Amino acid sequence: MSSIAQKKGFGATVWDYMTTVDHKKIAILYFISGGLFFVIGGIEAMMIRIQLMKAGNDFLSAGLYNEIITMHGTTMIFLASMPLLLAFMNAVMPLQIGARDVAFPFLNSLGFWLFFFGGIFLNLSWFLGGAPDAGWTNYASLAMASEGHGIDFYTLGLTISGFGTLIAGINFLVTIINMRAPGMTYMRMPLFTWTTFVASALILLAFPPLTIGLFFMVFDRLFGANFFDVAMGGNTIIWEHLFWIFGHPEVYILILPAFGIFSEIFAIFSRKRLFGYTALVFATILIGFYGFMVWAHHMFTVGLGPTANAVFALATMIIAVPTGVKIFNWLLTIWGGSISFTTPMLYAIAFIPSFVAGGVTGVMQAMAPLDYQLHDSYFIVAHFHYVIVGGVVLAILAGTHLYWPKMFGTMLNEKLGKVTFWFFLIGFHLTFFIQHFLGLMGMPRRVYTFGTDQGWDAYNLISSVGALFMAIGVIVLVINVILTTIKNERVGNDPWGDGRTLEWAIPSPPPFYNFAQTPLVRGLDSYWIEKMEGNKEGMVYAEPLGDIHMPNGSFIPVVISFGMFVASFGALYHMDGDKAWALPVLIIGLAITFGSMLVRSLKDDLGFHITKEELLRDAKGGNKDGSK
Amino acid sequence: MKKGLKNWRLFALLTALLVFLSGCGREEISTLLPAGEVASDQFNMLILSSAVMAFVILVVTIIYVLAIVKFRRSKIGEDVIPEQVEGSAKLEFLWTAIPIVLILIIAVPTVYSTFDLADTSTMDVAAEDGSMTNLTVNVNAMLYWWEFEYPEQGIVTSQELVVPTGERVYFNLLAADVKHSFWIPSIGGKLDANPENVNTFYLTFDKESSELEDGVFYGKCAELCGPSHALMDFKVKTLSPEDFDQWVAAMQEETPPAEETLAQEGEQLFGADGAGCIACHATSGVGKGGVMQGPNVATFGDRNRVAGILEHNEEEVKNWISDPQKYKPGNLMPSPKALNDGKDFTEQELDALAAYLMSLSVEE
Repeated sequence: MSSIAQKKGFGATVWDYMTTVDHKKIAILYFISGGLFFVIGGIEAMMIRIQLMKAGNDFLSAGLYNEIITMHGTTMIFLASMPLLLAFMNAVMPLQIGARDVAFPFLNSLGFWLFFFGGIFLNLSWFLGGAPDAGWTNYASLAMASEGHGIDFYTLGLTISGFGTLIAGINFLVTIINMRAPGMTYMRMPLFTWTTFVASALILLAFPPLTIGLFFMVFDRLFGANFFDVAMGGNTIIWEHLFWIFGHPEVYILILPAFGIFSEIFAIFSRKRLFGYTALVFATILIGFYGFMVWAHHMFTVGLGPTANAVFALATMIIAVPTGVKIFNWLLTIWGGSISFTTPMLYAIAFIPSFVAGGVTGVMQAMAPLDYQLHDSYFIVAHFHYVIVGGVVLAILAGTHLYWPKMFGTMLNEKLGKVTFWFFLIGFHLTFFIQHFLGLMGMPRRVYTFGTDQGWDAYNLISSVGALFMAIGVIVLVINVILTTIKNERVGNDPWGDGRTLEWAIPSPPPFYNFAQTPLVRGLDSYWIEKMEGNKEGMVYAEPLGDIHMPNGSFIPVVISFGMFVASFGALYHMDGDKAWALPVLIIGLAITFGSMLVRSLKDDLGFHITKEELLRDAKGGNKDGSK
Repeated sequence: MKKGLKNWRLFALLTALLVFLSGCGREEISTLLPAGEVASDQFNMLILSSAVMAFVILVVTIIYVLAIVKFRRSKIGEDVIPEQVEGSAKLEFLWTAIPIVLILIIAVPTVYSTFDLADTSTMDVAAEDGSMTNLTVNVNAMLYWWEFEYPEQGIVTSQELVVPTGERVYFNLLAADVKHSFWIPSIGGKLDANPENVNTFYLTFDKESSELEDGVFYGKCAELCGPSHALMDFKVKTLSPEDFDQWVAAMQEETPPAEETLAQEGEQLFGADGAGCIACHATSGVGKGGVMQGPNVATFGDRNRVAGILEHNEEEVKNWISDPQKYKPGNLMPSPKALNDGKDFTEQELDALAAYLMSLSVEE
């Protein structure tokens, strides 16, 4: 293995990415596929808003509309937001703690490919008889009654991609616990690493309930079990509990890394250390902890009784306290700083009012009796889009601009970035602010049409116009990405000039082994400390330059995931009863998966070493683009 | 002159009110124009929480605006390195304590109201003469229509809930197929109709629906239940207690046979010897809930809409019967061909059916 850069053909590049176990390349895989699904989910959102722009519109049929809202929600949560955040976690977190890679590089690759094949499987439902149509929450009674295979694509697809996410979560936990550089104590970890850590713990605890629920449904629908069949003594409310025991922490799995990204941005572009770092860390942990105790606030109208409703109402309100602590600490971070209004900072600045608006409506919904009115109305639609778009999507867009140089070695155009920002921000508020009032005026969510006699026409039209603005913003971003990639102006270690944490201490993009020498961390914002002390070398190092042990790439993760993908088709069509090929396909698929696992277990793969000489050659300016 | 001025003032007031009202949606359906005790309680909580939250937003906005105005790099200089402040225990305490106080302010009414709205202690209380002190309605939610059974009165109706004003009405909710949710926004919050258990709550209706522009309050299904979820509407007619008693009495009477010839022809076709509509649609208001496959039509002529969504006239009745799937996709009403020996209804037959259905009425 040589570390000398070679010009590779397209096929070789694809093969390189399919076999890579490098966290930075896996980050790019997550980023590209997450971005693709984000665009698909966005197109679905546009179709929803076109349908609802006027009363009695017939752009979409009733059944198709339900498929589109289901796929919009499912795609945006599971296939867009999560992988895009996982992309940043993969790209940045190991660098922030001074690690060579994540703890289990092979599993990292497996996690991605499981997510990818699960997502593809779910989206193939469009071409194979219809998409799922019971809402992204997939409530059991409707899901069980749904005809066709849409729901089966949902359950099987999410099971596969859920495995992937679970693997990623475990991997990050182990990485952060075990692979921190010398001196990187827990209370010196950058906030994005902290939020990755807590979000990973949430993944570990929240995904199993979802997997159980999905398994129940798979067995009900495909193999005739009766977990949710009321006539046979089953209970559909169980699904709601399982789903929301997962579903509420899921919101924090999304928002905590978003908080992390914004925390980094506030510090960098205010040139100031995070105000109340300790408080921010503990608020993060508290939010994660409370996140598991509030799921029934999604179920206030189910009829759980006043005691359960009152307890969950109070528990939910408590979450506002640590969240408020965070908001005020961010405000005090920029207070007294030197604010530079770069594109990432604009997103972060816009995030505060947007998220506060989403947060206060959250507290309003925590008041159970008031929620009887708000639940399942457009008020809820407005609320969760304020939190998810105003929090998570703004963070993803901010992170895209912030970390683009670190991931790809070139800067996105700031001017176009600001154009995207303004279109997206104005469109976002235009679309969703007015939906609060639609909800209060009695409009239920998930309606494919409404009458002219309900008094909702004007507000719906305004909302649809807003969606158009958001779409323009995203299109400008895509243009920006293309232009930037064509121009390809290379940048140095710290392109924003004010980087504070370890990832800004090494080249953009970093070499594939990250740090030639593991750095020594001497405090919070370790790179900033070195900069302020005028350290010419960039960092202080904890070890002399020596050979580095690296893992080999592997194609096995793709094969394992592909086997699951094949087996899912077998399981899905097996329920039809008239397809003799279904059972063999199921068996072959599982054989591929378990066979490749066996190969992985039996074949020793000891990796390879990069020699000191190669490292020295790199340091002189040989390999900078991160490829082997 | 003076009178003119007064009129003008009144006009201005009305205009202002109209603008305000249009911003709050329609009286028939808006939660912002509550017409019942429950909705009023909930509206008051909305106002209370909005006030508390407005305070929070105000505080955040002031700090936020000051911060981004005062500390711009263009203002304080390119090369300034700000002081690296660690934090402040005092401030952390402050912004932990104040939100807790704010939360207590909204938590107390929340808990009180949660228990208050779930209080069904007066539900099955009988008066001295053996009759119930409060009206109970059993609601059966089905794809995509609503059945309302009045167990004590022995009557059943559908699509249009009829209730007395000024008293608590208890509801037992159950779904016959998939999960639905029962919501009358201007009267009170929603409660789910689950397939596995009966949910019970009460609502109070303060305003007579005849005062409304459309004459009825609008009810909705609030839980996604299939393609026609958006069309699973019902209407609510609120009557004074006297009118309500009269309505109940009329419902309890036998349905008289149709009088006009066209309607008689329709009755024939509706019956077991014709297309057999009556197998699913009872024409008498007397009966139990949860028995018939389709909506009871005893009050068909009194209703505000056809099938809950279409305008209430004979033309729409005919449209609905000719092609139910076109108006409510996925509903379970058979097409005419399935009932009429593989043939569509003729124009004459449709006219007769519409005339008959429109003649079914219990109100004068």
